[in-house]
Amino acid sequence: MNPRYTSTAIALHWLIALGILAAFSLGLYMTELNLSPTKLKLYSWHKWAGVSLFVLILVRLGWRLTHPAPALPDSMPTLLRLAANVSHWLLYALMLAIPLSGWLMSSAKGFQTVWFGVLPLPDLLAKDAALGDQLKEVHEFLNYTLLALVVLHTAAALKHHFIDRDTVLSRMLPRFQKS
Amino acid sequence: MHRPPLTRLALAGALAFGTAGGAWAVEYGTLDSAASTVGFRFSQMGVTLDGQFKRFSGQLRFDPAKPEAASTTVEVPLSGIDTGTAEGNDEAKAKTWFDTAAHPVARFVSSGVKPLGANRYEVAGELTIKGNRRAVSFPVTYTPGPSAASFDGSLTLNRTDFGIGEGEWSSAEIVAHKVEVVFHLVAKPLAP
Repeated sequence: MNPRYTSTAIALHWLIALGILAAFSLGLYMTELNLSPTKLKLYSWHKWAGVSLFVLILVRLGWRLTHPAPALPDSMPTLLRLAANVSHWLLYALMLAIPLSGWLMSSAKGFQTVWFGVLPLPDLLAKDAALGDQLKEVHEFLNYTLLALVVLHTAAALKHHFIDRDTVLSRMLPRFQKS
Repeated sequence: MHRPPLTRLALAGALAFGTAGGAWAVEYGTLDSAASTVGFRFSQMGVTLDGQFKRFSGQLRFDPAKPEAASTTVEVPLSGIDTGTAEGNDEAKAKTWFDTAAHPVARFVSSGVKPLGANRYEVAGELTIKGNRRAVSFPVTYTPGPSAASFDGSLTLNRTDFGIGEGEWSSAEIVAHKVEVVFHLVAKPLAP
């Protein structure tokens, strides 16, 4: 029996993956719109999603630190093991840095983030248009870096499954049948 | 106790300003636009946002001894609106918001001033924005000063009363209907 990730880790992984996909797509779409009530609504939703994801990622990180991931297959070369470890921690770092940069950007642009329109987050930065534009660049850069890493992550998972034919992907897949 | 004469003079002056009204009443007239501010505060999906009107002008007649005779007219050219973003400023000038092409100026003309005590006054008057004239009244606090007096207050409006934010913007779901106009007006004494 190959060790699997815990059900909690699997649930958090896929929930956050879907959330990031939604927030990322929304971010790309909303910035292209002309000012309208829809645009303002989507910006609010994007920020609410970002704060929610940040909280989920903190929970997930806490879980990960207290529940070690199952070991990688012995057949993996040392260099690939190292690459896998580095890229996973880089993914965590980006998942935290991206919502943080969005929050800071929003403050610098003069818009406080109010989670679900109810819970105001403090503005860590005062309004500063130039800084807001710089943080927008940072937010975009971090997102495209994440996109590149997610592509790599997905490609590696598929390689493990279809080429190496090991359990690295399947141990993160939800198991619907009783075992 | 013996004080040098100069100190006594300064003390007398301070007392005179401190007891505004009566024999030392100063009538204020010129609105110091550079020292004054007219802003607004509204809520967008739970986020409080502040804006400013960068340009405005006005007349202000106020004699603390005869507050009932006070009057004011303030005009705000709406093209000077600052909502916080360039995109927002352009939108605010559009037909659905202030329609500045057809209605370039918002105007307040007072009709009466009622003392509320402790340097507070209830100011009534007519506010015209985008061709819609509405009766409004709001409290104002008067703060006397040696070279200028300030008049601070705010009034809460329902933007739909003035047709501000029509069509797709008319719902309060995105931009709240309630808008608070906050002002700090500084006036200099009239030349004797």
